[in-house]
Amino acid sequence: MATVELLFSALPEHVRTARLVAAAVARRAGVDEAVLDELRLAVGEACSRAVGLHISNGVTSPVRVVLIEDEKKFSIEVGDDAPGPSAAALAAARGASGDPGSSVPAQDDGGADGEDDMGLAVISGLVDDVEVTADESGGLIRMSWPTTPAHVLS
Amino acid sequence: MDLSLSTETVGDRTVVRVGGEIDVYTAPKLREQLVELVNDGSYHLVVDMEGVDFLDSTGLGVLVGGLKRVRAHEGSLRLVCNQERILKIFRITGLTKVFPIHTSVEDAVQATD
Repeated sequence: MATVELLFSALPEHVRTARLVAAAVARRAGVDEAVLDELRLAVGEACSRAVGLHISNGVTSPVRVVLIEDEKKFSIEVGDDAPGPSAAALAAARGASGDPGSSVPAQDDGGADGEDDMGLAVISGLVDDVEVTADESGGLIRMSWPTTPAHVLS
Repeated sequence: MDLSLSTETVGDRTVVRVGGEIDVYTAPKLREQLVELVNDGSYHLVVDMEGVDFLDSTGLGVLVGGLKRVRAHEGSLRLVCNQERILKIFRITGLTKVFPIHTSVEDAVQATD
């Protein structure tokens, strides 16, 4: 099991770097080119959410991204140190995505909470294998994609 | 890549051409542009997304915010997009039912409700 770990200060400008690193490592690991766009978007959503949670909670520690290459799958874990009921938020987002188009998302364009929900909705819509956990010490989003082992030499 | 923005008036519509990546870092610039246009009295906006390489939920939030602002003045906000990877984000969030999405700026400029 090979890993790449990335720590970055909770600043919006670093989210793009996290996306690029995740996509580069995923490509090397053999994740299908067709899903790299989705992977890039999902990891960006998870990191944007973590950055937002750190900023709104005044958390000064960095956001953690762990990229894990297994034999048959590639996993990404995005961890934050902000306390919060993320699992409940994901359940709400899942409910919303199960009934698309029912309404305009109830959020102001400056509202962090609405964007948080929409970010989770996008992640749950994009990624089949996703798990969101949270406790008082922080939250973790785990996502994984299948890989094609023959691809690793490229 | 950063975000590029330019505007052009076509009849009673204002076309906003967006290029680059719309994410948590760059979306505030797009929000400022849309707010400025509405404050200046442009209530019928066409946002041309053909030059957009990346769009996330922060960008969607800004577009929804723009829609709310123009609707407050009985205006409209239409999108121009042919890129499948961008359209997919609108589909999975159900926003294809909220925004009129056109295949060309010409089509969007001529469209009426």
